[in-house]
Amino acid sequence: MGIEIKNQEIENQMRELARNLLNEKKVDVIIGYAKGTVPLSSAPIMITNEEDIDKLIWNNLCYINLAKYLVPRIPQLIDPEGNNLKVGIVSKGCVGRALIHLAVEKQINLDDIKIIGIPCNGIINRKKVEKEIDEKEILEVSASGNDIVVKGKDFEQKFPFDEYINELCKVCKVKSPPTDASISEACVGECQEISNLEDDFADLAEFEAKSSKEKWDYIKDLLKTCTRCYACREACPMCYCNLCFVDQNKPIWFGKTTELSDIIVFHLIRAMHLAGRCVACGACSSVCPMGIDLNLITRKLEKMVKERFDFTSGIDSETLPPMMSFNMDDEQEFMLEED
Amino acid sequence: MTVKNEQEAEKSEEWEPKIIAFLCNWCSYAGADLAGVSRIQYPPNIRIVRVPCSGRVNPYFIVKSLTDGWDGVVVSGCHPGDCHYLTGNLVARRRFAILKELLEFFGIEPGRVNFMWASAAEGERFAVLIRKATKIVKELGPNKKFEKKW
Ligand code: SF4
Ligand code: SF4
Ligand code: FES
Repeated sequence: MGIEIKNQEIENQMRELARNLLNEKKVDVIIGYAKGTVPLSSAPIMITNEEDIDKLIWNNLCYINLAKYLVPRIPQLIDPEGNNLKVGIVSKGCVGRALIHLAVEKQINLDDIKIIGIPCNGIINRKKVEKEIDEKEILEVSASGNDIVVKGKDFEQKFPFDEYINELCKVCKVKSPPTDASISEACVGECQEISNLEDDFADLAEFEAKSSKEKWDYIKDLLKTCTRCYACREACPMCYCNLCFVDQNKPIWFGKTTELSDIIVFHLIRAMHLAGRCVACGACSSVCPMGIDLNLITRKLEKMVKERFDFTSGIDSETLPPMMSFNMDDEQEFMLEED
Repeated sequence: MTVKNEQEAEKSEEWEPKIIAFLCNWCSYAGADLAGVSRIQYPPNIRIVRVPCSGRVNPYFIVKSLTDGWDGVVVSGCHPGDCHYLTGNLVARRRFAILKELLEFFGIEPGRVNFMWASAAEGERFAVLIRKATKIVKELGPNKKFEKKW
């Protein structure tokens, strides 16, 4: 089955579910994806009227993690009467993971939320496509069969879908939102029970085999164009701190310049903050205006917490995340010891 | 002395790293003190900052030390189970594990940042570990990765 047909099916189902939720007054607002203002993009949309349901779309450009709109960094969805609004949220797998993790961190209450689960089939790597066509202006993007078709003024190019999706999507094992007994109430649409997530992190092997110097050169090269616009932070559902460390000025933890050392510190500390919390949605890479692909760091975070603490974020709503807890028997092979 | 001679003199004079050490008040700081009063020698490369608990050591402190030009960082606290605040060092241990692995992943020598446990009664152990940490950092050479160009 071609991707366009599958997407259409998903879209129809999703609209149906959303319409029912609104009609039955189970939710006050639906958060979903709408057509973007330029090709190769999508936009978030909040729908309160049934007539607008047809504005909801699903395709392989829905890269935003919608869970971001529920966390307090942006004013909360609270109506004037003081009641929490009921929200229906269109959820691909990683949005579902973000919702569960945010609930574990007590940032949202899943009682007020309906997870409209959809089986995601991967998000297009916009930067890779753009690079491939020399950043020429794109007029239309569509899917056909197993290809992404990109049309411009005087060109039309096809890209094999499986190759041109985000690196994170290639290794993703949670295509539709996870659910378990305690949150199944909140789930409508396609959700899945996940008991144990196995991952061999083979995609990281190549990088990790590099020498320290090679790693440094690679990371330096990867991040050197970063302008510290913080789009990655703004897109991140886990970056909801009211005062992010980059904005703190008493004390100033690190310089405000785009010099390499400051860039590295930004990404290092941000990674630190996301250990055991990042849900690997890839929204940060998708929104980066400089085309920096942060998937390597994302995967490393997942690997570290999986191997050290046997934890995967946003999979179940019961386990306490590793950085919020501790254990007397944790590995401590890195501590300095007498010979 | 000519300029050349001066340079030569500088070269032959061994380079010594500067290391900042965050020591918890209840164990390691007292351990350092014990090393002192027992006249156990340890390298004079470390500059001590006394913190209430190893759990107080925010990764920002460590990273900022590196960007501020310290060649190495040491964090030392009570042994697991002995923390004055019961679990401060257990929380810290998880943080340190992640930080150390991330540094390695970024290609920054993980040896610049060293974590250790030393109790108030372990003056000898404290001196041994500081010697070891100093040796590691010295072998790595000056901290250049975070050097500011402007
Ligand atoms: S980068 Fe860190 S401090 Fe800033 S918003 Fe994200 S989690 Fe919070
Ligand atoms: S979005 Fe890209 S350029 Fe902006 S701060 Fe993040 S990595 Fe840097
Ligand atoms: S008081 Fe020493 S580590 Fe907590």
